[in-house]
Amino acid sequence: MKITKEEVVHVAKLARLNLDEDAIALYTKQLGDILTYMEALNRVDTEDVRPTSHAIFINNAFREDEVKPSMPVERALANAPESEDGGFIVPKVIG
Amino acid sequence: MELCRLTIHEAHDLLIKGEISSVELTSAVFDRIEQVEDRIGAYITLVKDRAMAEAEAADEMIRQGKGGPLTGIPLAIKDLLCTEGIKTTCGSKILENFIPPYSSTVVNKLKDARAVIVGKTNMDEFGMGSSTEHSAFMVTRNPWDLTRIPGGSSGGSAAAVAADECIAAIGTDTGGSIRQPASHCGVVGLKPTYGRVSRFGLVAFASSLDQIGPITKDVTDCAILMNTICGYDPNDSTSVPREVPDYTKVLQAGLKGFVVGIPTEYFAGGLDEDVAQAVHAAIKVIEGLGATCKSVSLPHTEYAVAVYYLIAPAEASSNLARYDGVRYGFRDKGAEALIQMYRDTRSKGFGSEVQRRIIIGTYALSAGYYDAYYGKASQVRTLIMQDFNQAFETCDVLLAPVAPTPAFNLGEKLDDPLAMYLSDIFTLPPSLAGITGISLPCGFSKDGLPIGLQILSKHFDEEKLIRVAYNFEQETDFHTKRPNL
Repeated sequence: MKITKEEVVHVAKLARLNLDEDAIALYTKQLGDILTYMEALNRVDTEDVRPTSHAIFINNAFREDEVKPSMPVERALANAPESEDGGFIVPKVIG
Repeated sequence: MELCRLTIHEAHDLLIKGEISSVELTSAVFDRIEQVEDRIGAYITLVKDRAMAEAEAADEMIRQGKGGPLTGIPLAIKDLLCTEGIKTTCGSKILENFIPPYSSTVVNKLKDARAVIVGKTNMDEFGMGSSTEHSAFMVTRNPWDLTRIPGGSSGGSAAAVAADECIAAIGTDTGGSIRQPASHCGVVGLKPTYGRVSRFGLVAFASSLDQIGPITKDVTDCAILMNTICGYDPNDSTSVPREVPDYTKVLQAGLKGFVVGIPTEYFAGGLDEDVAQAVHAAIKVIEGLGATCKSVSLPHTEYAVAVYYLIAPAEASSNLARYDGVRYGFRDKGAEALIQMYRDTRSKGFGSEVQRRIIIGTYALSAGYYDAYYGKASQVRTLIMQDFNQAFETCDVLLAPVAPTPAFNLGEKLDDPLAMYLSDIFTLPPSLAGITGISLPCGFSKDGLPIGLQILSKHFDEEKLIRVAYNFEQETDFHTKRPNL
């Protein structure tokens, strides 16, 4: 098995996802199959090959640090599930 | 002639001559939607009132002699692009009621050109899928055979164009999401070079791969839309400051002296017989137009699926961390503490494929596995790019199939994610290399399903593929065929 149940549970926790027993079993199997397939990459010699994170060469894109108008608070809050006094409301942070 | 069947350039000619109005054209498109949409399911959101008002405004511009190539043309937009004041769901329950406070740069450019926005098209959730079956809202059916998938993830856009539910559409392509549905629906789809089109306001899936592009009824329309959507945008630091040519100018040029590469790896085992036949016949046509064809090798092709399905989920797991139920989108209201609220919101808001990819991506980036998975994939990505660079040293363009088979059946690969991933084998390598590719109709299977030809060229060389595609289209009539609906 490429990935264990425990690893799936651990990764789901890191990704802030709840998985029930059925989902854990299903993902463990499917991810196992997928990761087994990925093992093909081990056949490739990548000694001294530079990794690519971006396909096009661009230097740092700088701009002047100027103050510009930003989105009004009410608009930024318009899609919030809960808001009050110009801020987002969330459940308590410390239980 | 039903007006909804027109191309952009045909409609434009009639609009400028005053033979039709945009109001008539837009009404015809909505009549068509009324007639076929319950069978196709291309749109998540329709904005008829807005569209009719935009059409009236466009007619006024045309009357004043200020009509451009897109003025008054009804377009469909994939629901992954933010549209100010119009719901943008990304095919996800987590954004079911999200109304963006601003529009993407591409949508603003289309608005400035006075195009008419018909609605937002269905897609695999956040672009993750090859069949549009991973939408949280509905199934989109292939207009050529209602029991089959339209392709994905821009399946709604491609089906809307093929079914004449718009004049043309905008899609997005991360690993083939414009080219593959275009191929399956018998229309033209172009993925521009990474950096050619601004991604500002495009909801992010995999930021090093995502690109916006046109899906149209013919190559000329593709060139017209490219003229409008391309270009540097200070709001997207990965867009490239480079002059945008007039893509319609290259349409008339022939193919004498062109060297066309045929990558042998794209014709290996597993390729459907009808697809192989149609693509080989297309190569002959292009040879007949004066191009020289030669075999080339892209030896790392076989690793593209593994590379892509590590890199794209890794980037997605990071990009999708923002959906936490705090600032916008769905929130599950049951939880008493913050972390539980995050988890409940994300588990109920994301569909199964998105959760699967978030888990793969998180795993590939996690401590102890980063080098073995993400790091290794990023190195092999370099080798895939080098394959293309080498091929383009001696070839102007490459010709290949778009997908190994015509459109598969609805439900066929839904329970087997790896089988679904493998269907992307021919569109993933160009995406990883950031190069540009077009899909255009080149034949039909024995069952009457459209087959696409993929033409690839190097970074920022869209002119060459548009040129080859246009010349091919002039010699053939596949693009004039329409499904019986």
